[in-house]
Amino acid sequence: MGIFRKESWNFGLLAILALLFLLTKFVQPNYGMRGIEGLAQAALPFAFAAAAQAIVVIAGGIDLSIGSMMAVTSVAAAVLMEGSTEVAAIWITLFVLVLGAAMGALNGLLIVVTRVPDIVVTLAMLFVWEGVALMILKAPGGGASEWLMGLPIGSVDLPGIPEGATAFLPKSLLLLVVCVAIVWVPLRQSRIGLQIYATGSSEEAAYRTGVPVRRSKVAAYAVAGLFAAMGGLVLTASTGIGAPIPGPYLLASVAAVVLGGVVLGGGRGGLVGPIIAVFILRLVRTILTFLSVDPNVTTIIEGTIMVAVVMVGGVLALRARRRKAA
Amino acid sequence: MSDARIPLLEASNVAKAFGAVQALTNASLEVYPGEVVALLGANGAGKSTLVKILTGALRPDRGHARIRGKELKVSSPSDARKSGLIPVYQESSMIPDLTVADNLRLTNTRVEPFRRWLDELGGGNLRLDVQVGGLPLATLRILDLARALADEPVVLLLDEMTAALPTDLVQKVLEVVRSQKNRNCGIIFISHRFVEIAAMCDRASVLRDGKTVGALDIEAGVEDRIVEMMLGGNIGTGAAAKNANGGNVRSGAEPRLSAKGVSAGGKLAEVSFELRRGEVLGVAALEGQGQEELFEVLSGFERPCEGTIEVDGEPVSFHHPADAIEAGLAYVPGDRAGALLMQRSVHENIALPFSARASSWGAISRKRESGRVLEAIERLQIDTRAQGEVRRLSGGNQQKVTIGRWVATGAEILLLFDPTRGIDIRTKRQIYPLMREFAVQGASVLYYTSELEEIPLVCDRVIVIFNGRIVATMNAPSADESTLMRAAYGLARASNEDA
Repeated sequence: MGIFRKESWNFGLLAILALLFLLTKFVQPNYGMRGIEGLAQAALPFAFAAAAQAIVVIAGGIDLSIGSMMAVTSVAAAVLMEGSTEVAAIWITLFVLVLGAAMGALNGLLIVVTRVPDIVVTLAMLFVWEGVALMILKAPGGGASEWLMGLPIGSVDLPGIPEGATAFLPKSLLLLVVCVAIVWVPLRQSRIGLQIYATGSSEEAAYRTGVPVRRSKVAAYAVAGLFAAMGGLVLTASTGIGAPIPGPYLLASVAAVVLGGVVLGGGRGGLVGPIIAVFILRLVRTILTFLSVDPNVTTIIEGTIMVAVVMVGGVLALRARRRKAA
Repeated sequence: MSDARIPLLEASNVAKAFGAVQALTNASLEVYPGEVVALLGANGAGKSTLVKILTGALRPDRGHARIRGKELKVSSPSDARKSGLIPVYQESSMIPDLTVADNLRLTNTRVEPFRRWLDELGGGNLRLDVQVGGLPLATLRILDLARALADEPVVLLLDEMTAALPTDLVQKVLEVVRSQKNRNCGIIFISHRFVEIAAMCDRASVLRDGKTVGALDIEAGVEDRIVEMMLGGNIGTGAAAKNANGGNVRSGAEPRLSAKGVSAGGKLAEVSFELRRGEVLGVAALEGQGQEELFEVLSGFERPCEGTIEVDGEPVSFHHPADAIEAGLAYVPGDRAGALLMQRSVHENIALPFSARASSWGAISRKRESGRVLEAIERLQIDTRAQGEVRRLSGGNQQKVTIGRWVATGAEILLLFDPTRGIDIRTKRQIYPLMREFAVQGASVLYYTSELEEIPLVCDRVIVIFNGRIVATMNAPSADESTLMRAAYGLARASNEDA
């Protein structure tokens, strides 16, 4: 009961996701393993963008430059990996991750030091990082190492377990879970994680309690940069080249964060919700494609779903509070 | 008492200026082991600035503070905590979205002593895995205090900590804090209630105009001396004699607005009064005694929990500020930014309630509107040189605009909440006669001010609110500052009402 109450939003999202899978199967009876694998692959960069946005929003901020940071890290990886050895590619990957964290930290530092509102700073940085990406690579190009490209493709096969049992676990999903968990689980347990939540929940109270508010913010932006770098790397991995023009990741990340139960304003939510939300939004798109709905109508429907879900969530929360008060 | 020992906390010659305003000129404070010191001062004396400096939220321009003889170098609240100065404020510092346990982790508070203090404060059955945001206010305050005590403070700073607590809990808190005295910890106690100060404190340190003007031992009858010290030279200047309005108690006039047993927001309790036609009724109160709640109820921002409000003898119930405006009640908040459209012109700002009241969706009669607006500008002598954008006006002129808009609509009951806060003396002097003029013309004005010396200048009668209740009703022209101050601190129970 306790865990169910605490994670009720995520369970709700999972239920919606399950319903959507059934619906997909209904409109397209031969939807199966391949379909799920494709979905997971397509969702991968969106999921990293959502994770990046979520941590910043939890800290009470917002980052409009996530898509551009993904572009910078994607082209940086592509340019460096072109013609490099497989071993060097490992070092390049690590370097790109550090680069992402550094870009995020710079975003955070600018916000904290200049005291310019986060929305303005990161909007400016959106253009700055976009320019940087184009300076590194004028047009899509570069390369990617074999092992990186292999990471998100296919399904997991574990020795000793029949293929049928693991067929529904795409490698890209495993990659996502591992990458997010490596960062998120220790962070959530650590002091700095707690301070990020505290800062987002009530900056004033956090400051008075002795929380280093500015440092917490910079840390949140740095982690966001790290996730953005992961997103950039999977972009390069999935296409084999780097693309300097940012994809539609910014708005999608905000949508997933809101749908995923992270309150804009900070302090509440986690990374699991937004990532499930990414899958929901992707799957809705798949279903509408199967139904051959006009792509323009698709975006209208997506927007409507978002508002409706957040509204229903708000009403539920209000009713719960009234019941408690009574 | 124990001057031979080293003080736990010693602050001396502390000064701090904000731009041209000198908030503190020379403040000092000493706290010895096992001692409870009351920090006292009227509004604007510099209390909160000193507290902010001690807790690291502000850096002083001059002076220094030592804890146990060691220079206290604080540049953030976290530094202050580390050196042993733990504050508890009027508002809770618990993070609402975290559980109790996580809040403890945030300050590195050990759970076991926290539990013990929690038990002692009567919150023993509270689970640590609940989210703080859903807990009642009183519980939050217990959590704050239990956490502070568990952190083993060298100096515990209680800043208006008891202000929002129910009485039985205040007793509990005082008991526990007193027991802390024996543990050689020092306590700085800030409160508006002399009863608590008398029960708790060994000494009082009094601030006036940014200076520490004295420290005295708490003993029977010391209240009057403290009030004198807080007021300094202002005492007995006979404000009543300078009074311009010459007294105007309209006992015969019919009541326009009356409150009957109004309670609201947990702070205001059973308040009843009448505001008569042609009267300026003053409201005097220290900060946070329920006056905000009173004005919010009267202006339709909040609904009262109990009691009724009557306008011209008819009970009214406001669901929206527009209802109050419709009934003829105009609210001028102290925070001008909350009342004005800062980027818009003087004209538009004055015309705003006018157009909001337009009976149809059709066009507003520009000509009629303009006429009324110009009349208001004229009457209030608003400086129109920078009328393009209200934010360019001085504070005083901004306040005139907020009053002027109601003059233009012809509102008959004005609710003014600290209208002269942060306004230059010249504009203040223009606002006082204006209030009198309104009254003479038959309007009624409810006038709360944080500056007690204004009461005899502006008001006919005055009600004093303390701890959510009206503790005195007086004739304003004869109410000098020290009488009002005594009443505002809950010292004078007697009411010298005549009407």
